[in-house]
Amino acid sequence: MSTTSAPPAAEGSARAVRRLRPKNLSGLGLAPFGIYVFLFLALPTILAVTTGFFDKSGNFTLSNVSALADPVVLHTFWNSIWLSALTAAVGSLVGVAICYALLGIPANSPVRTFIDAVAGVLAQFGGVMLAFLFIATIGRSSFIVTALRDAGIDIYASGMWLYDMPGIALVYIFFQIPLMVITFSPALQGLKPQWAEANLTLGGTRRTFWTKIGIPVLAPSFAASYLLLFANSFSAYATAAALASQGSQIIPLQIRAALTSETVLGRENLAGALAMGMIVVMALVMSGYSAIQRRADRWHL
Amino acid sequence: MRHSASFLPSRKTRIIIGTLVGLFFAIPFVATTEYTFRDVDGHSTIHWANVFDPAKQAAYRPIWTGLGNSLLLMVVTVAIVLFVLAPTMILVNLRFSKLRRIFEFFALLPISIPAVVLVVGLAPIYLVVGRSMGTGAWTLAFAYGILVMPYAFRPIQAAIDSINMSTLSEAARSLGASWPKTVLRVLAPNLRQGLLYASLISVAVVLGEFTIASLLNRQNLQTALLVVSRQDPYVSVIFSLLALLLCFLLLVVIGRAGNVGSHKKGRRK
Repeated sequence: MSTTSAPPAAEGSARAVRRLRPKNLSGLGLAPFGIYVFLFLALPTILAVTTGFFDKSGNFTLSNVSALADPVVLHTFWNSIWLSALTAAVGSLVGVAICYALLGIPANSPVRTFIDAVAGVLAQFGGVMLAFLFIATIGRSSFIVTALRDAGIDIYASGMWLYDMPGIALVYIFFQIPLMVITFSPALQGLKPQWAEANLTLGGTRRTFWTKIGIPVLAPSFAASYLLLFANSFSAYATAAALASQGSQIIPLQIRAALTSETVLGRENLAGALAMGMIVVMALVMSGYSAIQRRADRWHL
Repeated sequence: MRHSASFLPSRKTRIIIGTLVGLFFAIPFVATTEYTFRDVDGHSTIHWANVFDPAKQAAYRPIWTGLGNSLLLMVVTVAIVLFVLAPTMILVNLRFSKLRRIFEFFALLPISIPAVVLVVGLAPIYLVVGRSMGTGAWTLAFAYGILVMPYAFRPIQAAIDSINMSTLSEAARSLGASWPKTVLRVLAPNLRQGLLYASLISVAVVLGEFTIASLLNRQNLQTALLVVSRQDPYVSVIFSLLALLLCFLLLVVIGRAGNVGSHKKGRRK
């Protein structure tokens, strides 16, 4: 870094000044942040992961962790995983189409500023509000549903799916697509015009540009973005909590049930065991993400 | 030039994708806006007028309380970003460059830990916090400071990378400024853009936060919207639209300002 490697002459005097100040004194400056992060990030994470191994009176037990093998819990994990896989797939494919349509529009144009801001709001801050949006849009009394019913189409003929898994998936897609736009856009913008020129010079076509250059170069970024979307959906809570106020269809909702009632499935610290299960899945997904992202970064020096 | 950019989408492709996606994202907003103007038979502004109708305020009190709590949480969270996170980042970049990677790891870590998992471990910690500091709404900001860290880290780090901090601080120090003065009067003004974005994005995160408040039985804007929606869905929907609009405006400000910044950087090159 140019900021740290100043010429030796200038550095010499600064170092002399620094030597007068013991380094541990400025180390004290790190203490407030260190204590804060320990108390509100490290400790809660450790507690969340380990409480599953203890019962109410603090004795070591494997009974809660064994709940992870309970058919009900397994089914809920399965729901969470396919919900995440599905919404990440739809979100990443539609998101790529949007990123492609945005190619060539300058980053400082009003269109980009508008789309970036909308994407940011929907992807990161929607939560409960997105659930309301969809209840107002395709709830039983919404004008879309009544108009369709008048036309002889009842989208709820097979039951009220908005407050169940299909509804959750639909609203999740609504925030997954914008997240894909945010995460994948830089990769697509990184395609260099020179590569297209090289392709043309060597007699390639528009088609060979994508099959031989574009897609292979972008594949790692796409895979990384897919994993990020998966993780985003897997860890989301607010939207599902607002839509499904009662059930425990996915793991975050089952944690809610475990936190708000004393015993779920006859176990006391089930929330801890479920939290540990979630962390394991998240750790796998996110380490995959960073491994692939490192590979993807090779093209974006 | 034209052939060199041959992978760009054609105008037709742009229009087709733009229309389809635009419809998918516009329909919920249009339909929701229509919903807020519903009346028994037809449309009126009754639900919007209700928001400020004194007779209805008893039913809407949770929303105003929640909004007040959220505003307080924004202030305390931004204070944590500006007075704990930012000074530590300055210190790490100036004096402990070996710690930069590990610091970045911790700053970005909250992305990988679902809030619903964090809350399982925060529950016992907030029992202790409640006993020692009371159960005031503001205490939730300790958890929110962690949530916003990954978002606040990037703009501050970008600002730090764009100035030569060691030269600035050594110049200030050799002219006799104390360390607090150097940070407040020399470094902070040069980092103001990064600090501003970090603050705005923190405000947006706190405005939309639901998970932790809800599961720790605290009241903020989002938990209040859910409570009130059971009696009066219209007012919750109205406040949701307004809150989304506010988030959108915050991000537009960040986006526009970011462009101005990148222009400047380009010119300097």
